[in-house]
Amino acid sequence: MSKEIVELTDANFEDEVLKSEIPVLVDFWAEWCGPCKAIAPTIAEIAGEYAGKAKIGKLNVDNNRDSAMKFGIRSIPNLLIFNSGSVAHQIVGAVPKSNITTLLDEVI
Amino acid sequence: MNRKVIIIGTGPAGLTAAIYAARANLQPLVFEGQQPGGQLTITSEVENFPGFPEGITGPELMDSLRKQAQKFGAETVFNQITKVDFSRRPFKVWSGDNLYTSDTVIISTGASAQWLGLKSEKKLMGYGVSACATCDGFFYRDKKVLVVGGGDSAAEEAIFLTKFASEVWLVHRRDELRASKIMTQRIMDNPKINVHWNSVITEVLGTTDSGVVGVKLEDTKTGTIRQDDCDGVFLAIGHTPNTEIFNTKLELNAKGYIVTKPDSTYTSVPGVFACGDVQDSIYRQAITAAGSGCMAAIDAERYLED
Ligand SMILES: Cc1cc2nc3c(=O)[nH]c(=O)nc-3n(C[C@H](O)[C@H](O)[C@H](O)COP(=O)(O)OP(=O)(O)OC[C@H]3O[C@@H](n4cnc5c(N)ncnc54)[C@H](O)[C@@H]3O)c2cc1C
Repeated sequence: MSKEIVELTDANFEDEVLKSEIPVLVDFWAEWCGPCKAIAPTIAEIAGEYAGKAKIGKLNVDNNRDSAMKFGIRSIPNLLIFNSGSVAHQIVGAVPKSNITTLLDEVI
Repeated sequence: MNRKVIIIGTGPAGLTAAIYAARANLQPLVFEGQQPGGQLTITSEVENFPGFPEGITGPELMDSLRKQAQKFGAETVFNQITKVDFSRRPFKVWSGDNLYTSDTVIISTGASAQWLGLKSEKKLMGYGVSACATCDGFFYRDKKVLVVGGGDSAAEEAIFLTKFASEVWLVHRRDELRASKIMTQRIMDNPKINVHWNSVITEVLGTTDSGVVGVKLEDTKTGTIRQDDCDGVFLAIGHTPNTEIFNTKLELNAKGYIVTKPDSTYTSVPGVFACGDVQDSIYRQAITAAGSGCMAAIDAERYLED
């Protein structure tokens, strides 16, 4: 995982995401999810470009079922954009990079 | 820059075409679309692709095909083609506002799961409505789900979902399944699976906040409507070719598949070729898609030489 991407877990979700000072993009993913792998390079690019402006995190749903359940994730890849502790946007499925950055720009 | 070959789609057909076109020094530009790697990326094990006696996962197989194409100089971009103009050469394709031109185009846009066509279904896609049990089944541990369809793939999805869900109901419009005897027997024997016979879904209930909470079912015999609570709806009613953007630009058959000339990948427009599931309603396998991708690249190469 590139150094700009934060590994999120049920344990650190509150501190890293809900209490974050800057907006957070959370990528809910799993090892067995092909489309998740397909968008991984895009997420990594965004993490590089938005360093300092937004936090980019990945949450493995296999190991962190509570967070996935809490936010009603029913399909992955699933991207949630958090701003000041609540969900500002949700993107379901693999989408082009510009769809993600447009929504991210809205909260920055 | 005008291209010699543009390839639309990166399933087995498009990536095989890319390998051949790249090795022929045609420097293909390859558009990945919304599902890079194609349909196989949503399956776990592929056990019938020649050369992998131990099996291989769909995503791994597709990654290797992409690497092989890139190694020979294919350029892949993560863009969706939204419009085409094949009326004169060079051919034009657009991704949003970006225009690309090429002397030949290879279409390998494959097929996607068929939807019921309900407004409520579209709204709740990814919020409890799914067309891929292997992708989304995980999220339905101890929940109740419905599977729409009556064929082998519906039966397979239903059985797969019993690994997670507490209750699985098939929703089928007739009073008898279309699935093979063996699969039908497995459905009947599975204590977690029940069937809503003679039923069609007329509305999926729920919001993007609540997710799916139930469906309205119509009895196909009596017309009465009843409600059934559930947490998820999985569709397994077949596939449709991804040809919307080619409608009126190329000859399509009644089901929307691109018509190709027998024993070739030629479409109704010379210089435009089609391969894989987008032109094949019969075999629909990774290896046949790859085979026709190879044909398309060779057809394009010969066309460019003439
Ligand atoms: C769950 C599942 C399991 C399967 N298991 C097997 C198996 O075990 N063995 C087997 O042989 N077959 C299997 N198949 C069938 C196999 O996946 C298909 O036959 C094969 O993928 C077809 O390849 P294709 O290249 O024609 O198209 P697809 O794989 O459908 O790929 C289409 C490509 O086109 C792209 N695209 C679409 N529209 C556009 C656009 N407008 N612009 C740009 N790009 C676009 C998509 O993003 C995608 O990359 C399975 C299918 C499914 C759904």
